[in-house]
Order: sequence, then structure tokens, then C-alpha cells
Amino acid sequence: MLKIKDLRASVEDTEILKGVNLEIKPGEVHAIMGPNGSGKSTLGFVLAGKDDYEVTGGTIEFKGQDLLELDPDERAREGVFLGFQYPVEIPGVSNSNFLKMIVNSMRKARGEKELDSLEMLKLLKEKLATLGMNINMLKRSLNDGFSGGEKKRNEILQMAVLEPTLAILDETDSGLDIDALKVVADGVNSMRSEDRGFLIITHYQRLLNYIVPDVVHVLVDGKIVKSGDKNLALELEDKGYDWIKENKAAQPA
Amino acid sequence: MSDSMQTLEKHTKSEYKYGWTSDIEMDTIPKGLSEDVVRMISAKKNEPQWLLDWRLEAFRIWSEMKEPDWAKLNINPIDYQDIIYFAAPKKQPKLNSLDEADPELLRTFERLGIPLNEQKVLAGVAVDAVIDSVSVTTTFKEKLSELGIIFCSFSEAVQEHPELVKEYIGSVVPRNDNYFAALNSAVFSDGSFCYIPKGVHCPMELSTYFRINAANTGQFERTLIVAEDDSYVSYLEGCTAPMRDENQLHAAVVEIFAKDRAFVKYSTVQNWYPGDKDGKGGVYNFVTKRGLCDGYRSRISWTQVETGSAITWKYPSCVLKGNESIGEFYSIAVTNNHQQADTGTKMTHLGKNTKSTIISKGISAGRSQNSYRGLVKIAKKAENARNFSECDSLLMGDRCGAHTFPYIEIENQSGKVEHEATTSKIGADQMFYCTQRGLSDEDAINLIVNGYCKEVFNELPMEFAVEAQKLLEISLEGSVG
Ligand SMILES: Nc1ncnc2c1ncn2[C@@H]1O[C@H](COP(=O)(O)OP(=O)(O)OP(=O)(O)O)[C@@H](O)[C@H]1O
Ligand SMILES: [Mg+2]
Repeated sequence: MLKIKDLRASVEDTEILKGVNLEIKPGEVHAIMGPNGSGKSTLGFVLAGKDDYEVTGGTIEFKGQDLLELDPDERAREGVFLGFQYPVEIPGVSNSNFLKMIVNSMRKARGEKELDSLEMLKLLKEKLATLGMNINMLKRSLNDGFSGGEKKRNEILQMAVLEPTLAILDETDSGLDIDALKVVADGVNSMRSEDRGFLIITHYQRLLNYIVPDVVHVLVDGKIVKSGDKNLALELEDKGYDWIKENKAAQPA
Repeated sequence: MSDSMQTLEKHTKSEYKYGWTSDIEMDTIPKGLSEDVVRMISAKKNEPQWLLDWRLEAFRIWSEMKEPDWAKLNINPIDYQDIIYFAAPKKQPKLNSLDEADPELLRTFERLGIPLNEQKVLAGVAVDAVIDSVSVTTTFKEKLSELGIIFCSFSEAVQEHPELVKEYIGSVVPRNDNYFAALNSAVFSDGSFCYIPKGVHCPMELSTYFRINAANTGQFERTLIVAEDDSYVSYLEGCTAPMRDENQLHAAVVEIFAKDRAFVKYSTVQNWYPGDKDGKGGVYNFVTKRGLCDGYRSRISWTQVETGSAITWKYPSCVLKGNESIGEFYSIAVTNNHQQADTGTKMTHLGKNTKSTIISKGISAGRSQNSYRGLVKIAKKAENARNFSECDSLLMGDRCGAHTFPYIEIENQSGKVEHEATTSKIGADQMFYCTQRGLSDEDAINLIVNGYCKEVFNELPMEFAVEAQKLLEISLEGSVG
């Protein structure tokens, strides 16, 4: 479903991604771990098409097409979802209105009938209930004044209503209390399916107890230096990143 | 330039959608301004002697005044002798229903997206449609008159209620107030008159659509609203003008008089022709709008959405004379391409415990310049006066400008004035967040801009808010991104 080959990307002439290779097959959950500043969020932004990031080499194939050819909104409508590490606040725009707009624009793109206000409310209520979220969240301005945890839950809510093919979650678990963490994990698990892939960026092995990944990758200095199964996460928790960095340094360039 | 900036630019370069002229036969007088022209206007309208005298005095005052110095505005000189001061549709049908109206006229309204049809009537809006200078259709008048509400064209009021007109005309905006008020007082053609008797709560929104139609016709509307004790009225004014090459002058005067506990809400949506992408043509909009909160606990609220005109110079103001009276100003001013807007308000606190609120949202795109100019004045006797001002500017692109000029004059130390100002660029992060969710650049911009304007939209009557929102989208089309 997603094939990233030798991906290189820069910000303001500094190379951040230095040849990333990654393949996600339908139904798989991949986790990416790695030290601060190693380029995890950059990878998410490049996949989503943020224009501050210049792709200088490599390819990204998504569902058989060249993802790099598409604008961010086109990618989104093809089913790429990015849960932001720092969700953006948009004052004055009600959360429910935003959800309605994005759901309907997605439905339109898929050739489905747009939902009216009642149908939308029904859908939202349903999703809110499964995510253990309060309906009052809908009335508030989008992310405006939301607590850190509320913002993250709101990202999951958006993912739930948009039903993406590929969901990239950038540290959606950071700053969550243990209950919220379970909610997020439940949200993801309930959406796991044969035709959907997940790329989960996290610093904590803890999340991976709830969302069990098929593959764990370690990104260091813009490259995936190690991949393994869920046990790799445990090992990282135990030993930190230094041993991998050392290994890497020992390898011939 | 980033991609999102380019999209912004692209979106703001759209063409004016309301540009056309309708072929309605016009009755005009020759170009130019003189005492004779003033007499001619007055005669054509069959006015009483006192009003002619009033106009002539205004003309004398105007002749002695100097055109104001255009602070932030970059303006082509206006040739006052090259303007036609009176134009009225020749066919002046007395209408029982809209079926009898000139079909051309009705089409004009339809193209504006403001169907003056049964729907609107069913929606409970009384519409007094003004094409150029003379009021053409009036609906709902009967229903209003049962309540003793007078809502008619200014000329009609002069004929039918001369005592009211005589008492209040110029009582809020005197003839010598400023250059354009003096000009308007001398040559005003028509406008609306509204009188709400004691204790009457006007059950519907009163609305007027002004339109500049004849080429080279200056528009000199005059509106007078009088609200007696304990009355309430919500008045809507909307404007669109067809595309023209020459600049057209618009110098209107609006006066509101509010007595004890009266509440007058005045909402404007203005989208006169702003000129083309290169800054050619467009309406010069120099308007004097003022409300006098004369009575105890009276309240006047101005809400405006300004998207049109090449040049806007407009400061709806409140004079808070009555104790505990309240003045409010909610404004969205959008400028694009080469538009220039200098708008704001004046809140003059005279009475005790008076309160004023100013919320101004400026949006600049293209190469436009958008200035907020506001004066809050607290006079010596205004004990415990309060003002809160919030002036926000949103920039789209790198070539536009936003300027804020808050003037504060406090003569009574018990007064409290709070001023907040922000300037922001439409955020690339906000844009990306929205597009990542599948919204087009255009939808994303509209969403963000609407959110930014929310506080002001909230003040508009529902129906009008929707229209205003559409207008905002149209005027930013091609610019955002
Ligand atoms: N827009 C930007 N402008 C300048 N530098 C940037 C930008 N975005 C990312 N970088 C730099 O790129 C590097 C990688 O950043 P990135 O956010 O991808 O790291 P990360 O792995 O997500 O880190 P963290 O674990 O702290 O979230 C950092 O050095 C960061 O400062
Ligand atoms: Mg990150």
C-alpha cells in the first residue's frame, strides 16, 4: 500500500531525511521510534505533503500512485491521514462544523452522498461514545483552548470519522493520562482492518502494549537503522538508543 | 513565495461579480453642482420651502469647506462638477405587488442574489428597495403602520411626515459636520426614513438595498431613524453596484436618534464595485454614520461588513449622551487588489456610566491597504465610562498592509479604556491542517477567515450573516492560498 524508497527531504537546505526505506502492507501496523530531532515528524509531514519540506530524492508510492505528485488535500482524499504531534488551533471555527466539512468533502471525493446535519450528529455521537469523549467538545472552537489530551483525542475523533486508508499518528500518545491512552489505543484497534495501514510515531513502548505493532522501526538521524518486531520496542525501553547509534557508527558508511 | 501564499494570491484576484448596468430609463439633470442644481433637486421632489432653505444653507457651508486631507488614502482628485447630482428611474410605478414591478428591475435584484420576491416576504423582511435615488418598492408597510411604525423613503417622509423630518434632520449629523455631510445635505436625493413609536418592538428586520445604477451618478442617500422611548428596531442596509470605469462618489448620511431605553441595531453589508485588479474604477465611499444615544439607557449597535468600494472612508459613531447608554461597533473590513479602506468608529462618552464596545476585524489581501481608525473620547462629566476595543488584522500575502490608529481622549479619570490589537498572517499551519483533512485551499481559507470574523457575524441577523459570509468568500476568491 505504501512504499517509500530512499526518501530524502530537506528543510531550509538542511537535509533531515537521508534515505528512508519503508513498506507498509494493507492491514499492518508499523511503529516508528527514535530520538528527538531524528526526523520522525518530518517523515509524517513529507507523507502528508507539507510544503516547507522539500523532497530531494527517492519515491513514495501509495496505492500504486506517485504520492509526491499530489497536493495535501488530494492526498487526504486518497486516504492519507496525519494525526498531528501539535494539533493546530483555529479560533472561531466550531469543532462540529469542521468535522462536518471534512466528512462531507471526503464523502464527496468518494462519490458518496453528503450527510445532513442530523445524520452527521448521529455519526459524531456514535464516535464520541466509542472514544469516551464529551459532546461539549463539538461546540467548542477547533482545538482552541483544548488541553493537550483533548487535542489528541480530537485527532483520533477526526481519524475515526474520516476512515483513512493510511493513518500516521505522530505522538498521539504523548501527554495522555492512562485512561486517555487506552481510549486512543481502543480507537486505533477498533479501526484496524485488512485494508488499512497505520504508522505510529511514539517515544513510549507503553502505547505498544495496547496497540501491538507488526513492525517496529528505529529512526536515527534521518535513516531507519533497525527494524524488528514488538520486542524491539521493549529492548529500546530497556537500553535507550545509544547501543543502536554505536552499532550504526560501527557499520561502514 | 510558498505555495500556500500563491494560492492566496490566486484566490484574491477574482473579478467583481455584480458588474452590469440595467437598462431602466432614467430621468437625470445635467452634470455639475451649483445653487441652481440644489433648487432643481428640491423642486423635482416637490419639497417644502424650509427644506430648500436647509439645503441651500448646506450648499453655502460646503462651498466654504475644504476637502479633507486623506490620511492613509491614496486618492485621485474628485471633480465635483463632473457628477450628475440627481437621477431617478422614469417609470415610477405604484405597486401593489411585485408582479407589477419592472421586470428588468426584478432581474437586477435576482442577479444580485437578493430576490425581492415572495420568499423574502414570507421570511418576514420588509424591503424598501432603492435603485439610484428613488424608492421603488415598499412592502409590509401596512403591517408596520398598524404598529405606528413609519418606514418609507425619505422623500415620502418629507411629504407625509414633514414635522418629524424637520425636527430630526441634521440633529445628529449637522450640516457643517464634515465636507461630505455638507455635500449630502445640499444634494441628497433620497434614502430611508424610519420611526418607531414609544414602546414598540419592531417585529421584523427592516431592510433596504441601495444600488448605484446610472453612470456618473453620485449617490447621496440620507437615512434617518428615530426610536422613541422603550422601542426596538433592527435595520439592515445592503449595497451592490455595477461595474464602471469612472470612479463614482458615494457620500451618504445616516442619523440615528435613540431615546430612553431605545435600542437600535443597524447592520450594513457593503460590496460596491471595488475597481478592477489594477485599481481602475470603483466606488468612492465617504459615509457619515452617527447615532445619538440621547436617552437614559439607550443603546445603538453598528455592525458592518465592508468588502467593496475602491476607497472607503467611514466611521459609524455613537454619541453616548444619556446616562448608562451603550454604544457598540462590530466591523469586518475586507480589502483586496488595490482597495483602500480607512474605517473605524468614534465613541464619544458624555453621560455617566456609559459603555462602549468596539470589535474590528480587518482582512487585507492583494496590494490593498486596510486601516482602522478609532476614537474613544471620555468627556469631563462622563463618570465611570467604560470602553473595550479589540482590533484584529489578518494579512493574506506579503504586499498588503494593515494599520491601526487608536485615539484615546480621556477627560474624566474614572473612565476605563481597554484596547487590544493583534495582527496575524493567515497561518500556513492552519492552512495545512485543513488541507490535510481534505479541504481545498479555497475552503480552508474561507473556513479560517469565517472563524476569524465569527464575533462580528454573530451580531448580524441570521439571514444577513449568511449573505455576508457569501460576500466575504466572493471578495476573497482567487486571493487566498
Ligand atoms: N520547519 C522546520 N524548520 C526548520 N527546522 C526544522 C523544521 N522542521 C523540522 N526541523 C528540524 O528537523 C529535525 C527533525 O525534526 P522532527 O520534528 O522531524 O524530529 P522528531 O523526530 O519528530 O523529534 P521529536 O521526537 O522531538 O518530535 C530537527 O532538527 C528539527 O529542528
Ligand atoms: Mg516529532
